[in-house]
Parts: sequence; structure tokens; C-alpha cells
Amino acid sequence: MSNARSLRIAVALLAVAMLPLFLSGPAHAQDGEGEAFSGTLRFDGEPVEGVRISVVDVAGQTIGEAVSAADGTWRIPLPGPGTYRATIDIDTLPEGVTLRDPERETLEVTVTPGRSRPLIFALGEGVTSGPTVGEKLAQAVLNGVKFGLIIAMCAIGLSLIFGLTGLINFAHGELVTLGAILAWYFNADTFGAPLILAGVLAVVVAGAAGGGVEFSLLRPLRARRLGGFQFMVVTIGLSLLARHVMLLFFGPDRERFVDYALQAEWTFGPFAVTPRDFTIMALSTVILIAVAVFLQKARTGKAIRAVADNPELAESSGIDVDRVVLVVWIAGAALAAVGGVFFGSVEAIDWLMGFRLLLLMFAAVVLGGLGTAYGAMVGGLLIGLVTEVSTVWASPEIKSVFALGVLVLVLLVRPQGILGQRERVG
Amino acid sequence: MEFDVILGNAARAGLGPQAAIFALAAIGLNLHFGYAGLLNFGQVGFMMLGAYGTAIMVATWGGSLWLGIPFGLGLCVAFALALGIPTLRLRSDYFAITTIAAAEIMRLLIRSSPATDITGGPFGLQAIATSFYDLNFLPDGRFGWGTFSFSSNQLWVMLVAWVLVVLCSALVLGLIRSPWGRVVRAIREDEDAVLSLGKNTVAYKLQALAIGGVIGGLAGVIDALQQSGVGSENFEPQVTFFAWAALILGGLATTVGPVVGAMLFWFLREGVESFIRELSAQSWLPSALADFLDGAEGAISVALMGVGLVALMALRPQGIFGRRRNLHLGT
Repeated sequence: MSNARSLRIAVALLAVAMLPLFLSGPAHAQDGEGEAFSGTLRFDGEPVEGVRISVVDVAGQTIGEAVSAADGTWRIPLPGPGTYRATIDIDTLPEGVTLRDPERETLEVTVTPGRSRPLIFALGEGVTSGPTVGEKLAQAVLNGVKFGLIIAMCAIGLSLIFGLTGLINFAHGELVTLGAILAWYFNADTFGAPLILAGVLAVVVAGAAGGGVEFSLLRPLRARRLGGFQFMVVTIGLSLLARHVMLLFFGPDRERFVDYALQAEWTFGPFAVTPRDFTIMALSTVILIAVAVFLQKARTGKAIRAVADNPELAESSGIDVDRVVLVVWIAGAALAAVGGVFFGSVEAIDWLMGFRLLLLMFAAVVLGGLGTAYGAMVGGLLIGLVTEVSTVWASPEIKSVFALGVLVLVLLVRPQGILGQRERVG
Repeated sequence: MEFDVILGNAARAGLGPQAAIFALAAIGLNLHFGYAGLLNFGQVGFMMLGAYGTAIMVATWGGSLWLGIPFGLGLCVAFALALGIPTLRLRSDYFAITTIAAAEIMRLLIRSSPATDITGGPFGLQAIATSFYDLNFLPDGRFGWGTFSFSSNQLWVMLVAWVLVVLCSALVLGLIRSPWGRVVRAIREDEDAVLSLGKNTVAYKLQALAIGGVIGGLAGVIDALQQSGVGSENFEPQVTFFAWAALILGGLATTVGPVVGAMLFWFLREGVESFIRELSAQSWLPSALADFLDGAEGAISVALMGVGLVALMALRPQGIFGRRRNLHLGT
């Protein structure tokens, strides 16, 4: 809808906050100054002629096209500052020449007022010299485990909250974003705390926010016997509110943490991993095991499982259900925030990261079995593996599609999920 | 503060094509959830198929628009079957999760580069509605007062869209009063009881899903005609939430609820945005606040919409026209 478009335009405006310059854009572009994309295409040091490059704005509107000249140069004037996508048409590349990184076929770049922004499309040999399928598969499995552990951690709260109260929390993704954005503020902005301290602070604040929502909003509403659907709408409202407040303060751009941004990779045989990612995988595994031990051994953990199994029976045997639900909200929100900090380190931080992850979390919890913590873990790992391994053969843009494929398959043959009980499907 | 500008903008949005598009989407959702108890969170998927089916037939395959629209609506039926057969026998929460995921996955597929030859990928498809605007018999020029004014082509889209809204409302009203509608509503209340009467409840639910989906597809067709093009960024999951917000505001399981809800939704949303735009231009405002507000009206209005949804659920969960006894619907 054009509402989404107007929102994006508003967002772009917010980013540059320099409205007057929009008006003077086209005049500048004519005389070779002003905003533009430009670059030189080279292969083996030789200029490459006749390659088409096109530019669209964030709304998908075509801005312009250029074909590289005999000296490999190209230039596309832009109507003003803002964010644009430039795409190189790989079909127009000469025989035997491809992009060195096929994922960089389209570049999304923000242009500041008056600047001509150089873009680099790195050209390389054909794919023959690339890694073998086996090497790619090994790397994809590693990435899948990393991604899957993060999804699993984020999704535990989602699944347990559903198990305890029957609520599908559409705002769970925003807890992931909140963790990442808070850690970014503590890490980079005015505080300048080291990322580990910033992450811990962010997790504490996010846990408190989760507990606050349960204590001050959801518990009173439960007391008024609001239906399941109405609760779902409440969480949709909360998610819209939280997401757009974060957009107002964080802005629409992608950011990275200051610490651990660039690291040399360690290689173990076919696997290559940065120390940062290795630490994240190790920490995630430890946290997931700790959650499992807590659920099996601790008094509160047993109480959580009892309430998830049968709330009435648990309450009548003396378990304080409200307290258990509060604990799960705090812990679930904190785990989601940990996932957000990890995901933000591995990739980048932006206001929509949690919402995008929410769909994969949904897939993970349904796959594993709605309402169980272990189901979220198994489902998360599986979703992570499927999405990453699919990139060995398919375009990375559609990797999430395979997650849904697995989801539909499981729903067909085992609708209660991998670890779910049959009666839960009802 | 120019209140006539704000009011004009808000009224234009409340009566404009966007409101009609969301009214259609909400009418479909109302049949799904209000009457049949199907928690569809993938309505935007149906809208996307209606819009893209039409646009692909015209822009990619060079076919006629009048072939494209039925093709798009046919895709909606196919989507309803593909989505419904594996998931409709499950509990409604599974259905909600699967539908929201399916619609988003479809959007990712449509905008991916392998699909660019057919769907235009991230660029979308343009110039598809010429034969629709050729039928416009309204005189040229602008009609209205101040900011509350429309071009001839806008009025033409609005006319067609609101006629469709009335027709679809009447269709749903007729359907739910028919024997078919009684079975569907009975499934909503107690599926086991209907099963024990020998009815094939999955078939009824599939039919309800397909009909509501086609109405959602019509919303997408109107959107494609209105913009004379399609783009994948217009079909993000948020659109489904907004259609739900319109439906809930008006009231579930009522005939006028989705229509009035959609009008009010757009009236309020554009009213807030216009108000903030006016406010940020006021000279008495501290400049830091004015800078913050400048360009932020989109985010602020959606954030306020979130507050509004929470407040509505806490204070009047049945919406404007809804009845309290229908509140136990669904999960």
C-alpha cells in the first residue's frame, strides 16, 4: 500500500533531515555536480565496457540507468540525497566475467547532499575457481548452527509464554530489537561501554521491560477475562508501538557495534569462523543448556513445566501461576535480548531486525512444538540449518522460503511439531 | 494551525481509494474470522496475488487487463487451497502463524532476483491500468474544496472501489444468512457438533477461506489499478495488521464494521499525520522538537495506532458496532 511507501519516504526524510536540499537536487545533477552514483568497472585491470547499471529509489521507482563507457566509467545522477539501490545487470557482463561476490549484485546506499558516491562492483573470474560444494556445505552448516542457536534462544520465551498463557506474542521480535538497540546505545553512543557490559545492561533492561508489560498490562487484562484473540491484538498493538518508537529514536539505518566488528577468521579444516562468532556459538550453547537444566532441576523450572502442562492442576497444587508467568516473561524477554545482541554482532542492527526474525521464530516454535522450551530449541536449530544450507544451491534472497517449506511439510505429517504432544493440536 | 487543511486531508484519506482497499481487505477478514473463525494473518498475501496476477498478465505477458483481473483472483483461490488443505485441520493459532509466514515468504519470492523476469523483482511492474482509465466517463479536472479534492481518475477509482465494497458487503451478508452461512457460523461456535451432524467442516472452511481471500484479492487489484503498478514493498506484513486494526475498530461479525472501520482508520491516521506536519511548521515550537517532528509523522501515527489498539482491547474490545457476545471468538 502507499502507506508503507509514505512511511518509507518519511523514514528517508528522517534520515537525512535536510528537506530543502531535495528541492535543489535535479538542477545540480544536470551540471555534473550534486548527488550521483559513479564508478569504474575493471576486470584484471582492464576496463569493462557496455555493462548496464540501473538505480531505483527505496520505493522501487526507477531513477536512471547507465552503460559503462570504453574506459569502464559510468555515472547516474540522482534527484537528491537519500537511499537508493543500484543494480548491475549481470547479463550484460562479458563472457567469463562475473561478480566476485554474487550477493553484491544490488547495493543499497545512502547518499548525502551534494556528494557523488562511488560504487564498487568487484568483477572476478567465473565460478570455476570458487569453493567446492563440500566446502560451501560445511560453511553453510556452521552458519546454520550459529543462526539456529540464536533463533532458538530468541524463541524460547515465545514458546513458553504460549505454553503458559496461550498467548501468541507478536511483540516478541521487538524484544530482540530492543536488546540490540540498547546494547548499541550503551556501546557506541554517549556511554562508550565495552560491548560485553553494554550487552549485559541491555539484557537486564529488556528483561525488566518484558516483566513490566506482563505485570502492569497483561496480568490486569487476564484478570478481566479478555479472550485469546484480544490478547493477540494487544501484542500487535504493543509491537507497532515499540517498533515505531525505536524507529523514531534509532532511525532507519543499519548500524554495527563498535567492538568486534572486524576480525580475522580461524580455520578448522573446512570451517572458517571468526573468534566473535565462535564465542557467540559457545555462549548460546551454554545458555541453552543452562535453560534446560533450570527447567529440569530448579523448583521454578519444574513449576513452569507444570503450569505449561496443566494450569488449573498446577494452581490447585499450590503453584503461584501469576508468579511463574512473570518469571517466564522476564526470562523470555532477557533471552530474546541476548539473541538480539548476538544477532546484531553477527549481522547488523536495525529497527526491523526483530520483526523479520519473528517469522522465523514462529516457524521454529511450530516446527518444534508450540508451548515447549525444548521444541523451540530443536525447531530453531532446524530452521537455522535449513535456511543457511539452502544457500548452497539457491539464491540467498529466498533462504527463508525453505524454512516455510519445512514448516508446511511438518504440519502435513506431524502437525503437533517434532516434540509436541498430539492433544495440543486439538 | 490550519485546521481546514488537516480536516481536508483526513477526510480525503477516509473516503479515498486506500480506505476502500482496506475496507475490502477487512470484509474478507471479517468473513474469515468474524463468521468462520479462521484466524487469517496472511490477508496481504491474497492482496499481493490479486495485484501481481493482474500486473503480470498485463505488463509481463502483454495480455488484457480484463484477463489479468480474473487471473489474479484465480491465484487467490489457488493460494487458499494450498494454504488451507495442510493447515485448516489444525488449531487456529497454528493457522495464524502459518498464514503470516506464507504471505511473507511469497513476498520474498516475488521480489527475489530469479523472479525478476516475471514479477519485476525489487523494481515491480508499471503501466498496467491504461484500459481501466480509458473507461473513465467522468469529466476532466479536479473536484472538491481545498485539500479535500480529487482528480478525475482518482474519483473513477474511488467510484469503482466503493461500488465493489458495497457489492462485497452485500455478498457476505447474503452468504452468512444462507444455509451455507449457518453451517459456517456453527463451525465457528462448535466444530465438533457440526462434524457430528455429518458436515465436512474442512470443505466449508476452505470455501470461506477462498471467498474471503478473493475479496482480499480484489483489494489488491484496486491497489494495482490505483497506482497503475505493483511493488513488493506495498505488501509487507504490516498491511495485514492494518486491515485487522480497521476490522477490529469497526467491529467483528458485523456488516458495516469493516467498512466504517477502514474509513475511520484512514481518517484518523491521515488526521494525525497531517496534524504533526502542521505542528512541526509552527514557529512557537522549540526548534529541537520541531526538528524531531519533521518527517516523523509516519512513525508517530503508527506508534499511536499501537496505543489505540491496546486501549481499544482494554476499553471496548468489541469495537464500534460489535456485540460483546461475539468476543469469545477464536482461540
